Amino acid sequence: MSTRPRLAVWKFASCDGCQLSLLECEDELLALAQAVEIARFAEATSTVLPGPYDVSLVEGSITTEHDARRILEVRAQSRVLVAIGACATAGGIQALRNFGDVNAFAAAVYPSPQFLATLATATPISAHVPVDLELRGCPVDKEQLLELIAALLAGRRPAVAGYSVCIECKRRANVCIAVQGTPCLGPATHAGCGAICPAFRRGCYGCFGPMETPNMPALTAQWQQAGMTPGAIRQALRMFTAAAPEFAAESERHDD
Amino acid sequence: MTTSDDDGGSGAARRSIRVDALTRVEGEGALDLEIDGGRLTAARLRIYEPPRFFEALLRGRSHLETPDITARICGICPVAYQMSSVHAIEDAFGVRIGGPLRALRRLLYCGEWIESHALHIVLLHAPDFLGLPDGIAMARDHGDALRDGLALKKAGNEILRVLGGREIHPVSVRPGGFHRLPRRAERAALAETIAAVRDRAWRLARWTATLPVPEFERPYEFVALRHPDEYPFNEGRLISSGGLDLDIADFDAAFEEFQAPHSTALHARLRGRGAYLVGPLARYALNFDRLPGAIQNLARECGLGTVCRNPFRSIVVRAIEIVYACEEALRILAALPDDLESGAAFVPVAPRAAVGTGCTEAPRGFCWHRYEFAEDGSILTARIVPPTSQNQATIEEDLRAVAEPLLDRDDETIRIHCERSIRNHDPCISCSTHFLRLAVRRS
Ligand code: SF4
Ligand code: SF4
Ligand code: SF4
Repeated sequence: MSTRPRLAVWKFASCDGCQLSLLECEDELLALAQAVEIARFAEATSTVLPGPYDVSLVEGSITTEHDARRILEVRAQSRVLVAIGACATAGGIQALRNFGDVNAFAAAVYPSPQFLATLATATPISAHVPVDLELRGCPVDKEQLLELIAALLAGRRPAVAGYSVCIECKRRANVCIAVQGTPCLGPATHAGCGAICPAFRRGCYGCFGPMETPNMPALTAQWQQAGMTPGAIRQALRMFTAAAPEFAAESERHDD
Repeated sequence: MTTSDDDGGSGAARRSIRVDALTRVEGEGALDLEIDGGRLTAARLRIYEPPRFFEALLRGRSHLETPDITARICGICPVAYQMSSVHAIEDAFGVRIGGPLRALRRLLYCGEWIESHALHIVLLHAPDFLGLPDGIAMARDHGDALRDGLALKKAGNEILRVLGGREIHPVSVRPGGFHRLPRRAERAALAETIAAVRDRAWRLARWTATLPVPEFERPYEFVALRHPDEYPFNEGRLISSGGLDLDIADFDAAFEEFQAPHSTALHARLRGRGAYLVGPLARYALNFDRLPGAIQNLARECGLGTVCRNPFRSIVVRAIEIVYACEEALRILAALPDDLESGAAFVPVAPRAAVGTGCTEAPRGFCWHRYEFAEDGSILTARIVPPTSQNQATIEEDLRAVAEPLLDRDDETIRIHCERSIRNHDPCISCSTHFLRLAVRRS
């Protein structure tokens, strides 16, 4: 029994959606619980076993000093540390604060901003500790999550593609909506979701973050042709992975 | 995870019991009890989840992005945020959605209720009554109930997937309707999926009624939406068991939000009256007559009256709501026009400078949104009042009522009972902390 890998799930600033993806594996849940020892997963179990852990899944971004210290402890107790989701890999939607003056931002909306115990930025886990693997998405795709766990159990690298949503979109035989004039972030977005948005007749909004080496200027030039204003382009790049370097840099180019 | 300042025994005059990380709740919270001279001097649900500033970061964003952004407040009930958002947007821009689009929104909400309630019942809540650490441990002696719950959860998720592309943060909702309508074959397959689990819903409800529930009642003031002829999801007036009856736009006339130093979530109270309860117990008590007769009978068979004031029995009420959501989903699917896809997926929504309010029934209680828009449809200010922050004061009152008779018992016993009493309300702590006006006390 004790030879089963020990799994821990951790939460930082997040919506809980990525760790919930694990519980969304209704058919696989019981098998999963047999294959690994769930040593710590506060949302799902009252069992809390001490470390070290073979695998830690970390959801959420670092937004407080307390959490910046806590992630060091998690790292120290984990053999393999996997950042799951847009919050953990790019800062998430809360990283929008990184683009403003956080003091002015807080003063504008807080009655007592001097009491705020929050950092000026929301940063990905990799900005604080070495991360062994990253799974993208807001939320992560549960099939990818299962693939990750299966791969870790088998001692191999998980098969997660680095190409764009466009490839998945073609594979799904979607009609390209970009050629019909609807702006779509798919050409620059990391695969993994299976091209859900184009299948629903809407543009990809980039929730899996930038693909490897995206051609951002080519994409935004096309958006401009489709009639998007610089402000709209900037907003479109500043969503769930706004602080990912490729999206952030391109959004800065469209400041009006 | 429990720490105690002193010997932890019942003899100590002064002791404090802390649970540093509550388990089987969504998000991060802690529990503090202070006991002095045999008296309970403080009972606090301490929410320390880091704030994510949604109301600030929504400023300047387009109404078209709003449902995608607000969904990320909570991965457990994204549909509630999407629905409250689109209703507020449509209210501001003078649009009312009827017909099949309205029905599809109810259907989407059925999916979220089934998914979220089933998750709570079998994976989070039932283990409390069985003395188990988690739902997975139910596999041995309560495998049928566990499998029923998981099958229902999966069916609820299937509704979200078919209508919205994925279970968490579905992509199809937009102001005015949907980006795409479900195809005929998809709807037929979905109806089959739900029909196949319908019996499990009835069975799960009967099973929850067999759980050993403590005798405990509290004189809650219930608040929920009420609609002229439906059990409420998206529309209605806000009413209470204390006689409140108001338009959702008048929320501030009856409710006020306030800061508590121990929590990163705002609390809410009824002006002049104090704590109130939202969620399944409130919906049920205020809308029993809106349930179909057969489901009313099932509720009676499960030992419920028309009002249930025992929070531990909320597990039965949730199960009844799953039955309702399954039956309602089947009814909606059967009534949708065959040529649904040939109609428009959404009605155009033309922005204007205006204020709009939306209020819908998340699984844990009503979720209230108010936005002020500029002429181009970008948000000037946003206010979001989620269910768990509304229930916080009530949860703390429950804690007192549960802990007080136990003060001469050992810490562990008190802790277990208090954690259970928090879990009764399925608190979603991620939801409750996305506020601006919060203060974190620094020593
Ligand atoms: S990445 Fe998205 S789904 Fe995952 S925790 Fe963050 S906000 Fe939630
Ligand atoms: S619709 Fe978007 S993702 Fe699909 S092929 Fe076109 S540009 Fe790529
Ligand atoms: S298409 Fe783009 S926005 Fe839509 S789910 Fe996939 S990655 Fe996310």
